[in-house]
Amino acid sequence: MKWRMSRVVRTVADVMVVPIVIYGIYLILHGHLTPGGGFQGGAVVASSVALLIVAYGVMDRHKGTLSAMESTGLTMFILIAFMGLGSTMFYNFLAGEGGLFGGSVSDGINAGYINTGGTVTLMNLMVGIEVIAALSLILYTMAMHSGSLDEMSEMSGEVEE
Amino acid sequence: MRKSLALLAFLVVVGFMVVGAAEMRDFGEPNTSSMDDYFIENSQDHNEVNNVVTAILFDYRGLDTLGEASILFSAVSGVVVVLRKMKEVKKGKEEEIKEEVRYP
Repeated sequence: MKWRMSRVVRTVADVMVVPIVIYGIYLILHGHLTPGGGFQGGAVVASSVALLIVAYGVMDRHKGTLSAMESTGLTMFILIAFMGLGSTMFYNFLAGEGGLFGGSVSDGINAGYINTGGTVTLMNLMVGIEVIAALSLILYTMAMHSGSLDEMSEMSGEVEE
Repeated sequence: MRKSLALLAFLVVVGFMVVGAAEMRDFGEPNTSSMDDYFIENSQDHNEVNNVVTAILFDYRGLDTLGEASILFSAVSGVVVVLRKMKEVKKGKEEEIKEEVRYP
């Protein structure tokens, strides 16, 4: 898998990855204020991973990190869900308590404030981590074992050993 | 014969769809709206969240979101398992597999 696309593709990928990742993180962190959330923001960040795979190819050493991220996201989501078990499962025990994401919102239509939401914001973050890792892992695995990368390296003509 | 049978089946399905569309309620007027009103009025008090959709996804219907995350996890597991097997076959074990098939 030692190959990469031409310099034009690599430069455009370098320039575009930064705003794509920032937009995805914005979508995840503002999931309780604006449209979007963990799933959508994670898909946006994973699309930047797809761009990097197209431009630079695949490296096998990221697979363990992505797998650990995915397991951590899902486990923390379930843990946060069970932490509210004093009342019910998925009880929002952080809302309105002060502290982490514990601010209170005023009723009616308003712009909101990022330090609100309680467990909703935390769960958005965990689902975002899981979706980033899961979609990136699918892309990495399929790109590594599909065999189409060898044909692409013949097309682009820049093979580096 | 087959074409006329297909036309008959098509007309029956279209007829059922037209009847169903004619008896549908008006757009934007749900039959019961008590659950919607409950979510819209109480999500800011219960969860301190301005986005009602997110409040429903991650608090009121949290188990549904847990199921979605589990489906994603199992999808990734399936992809990794299937493609890992392909890689092992590609690494020179095709001979052994043929032998096993020939002499089980």
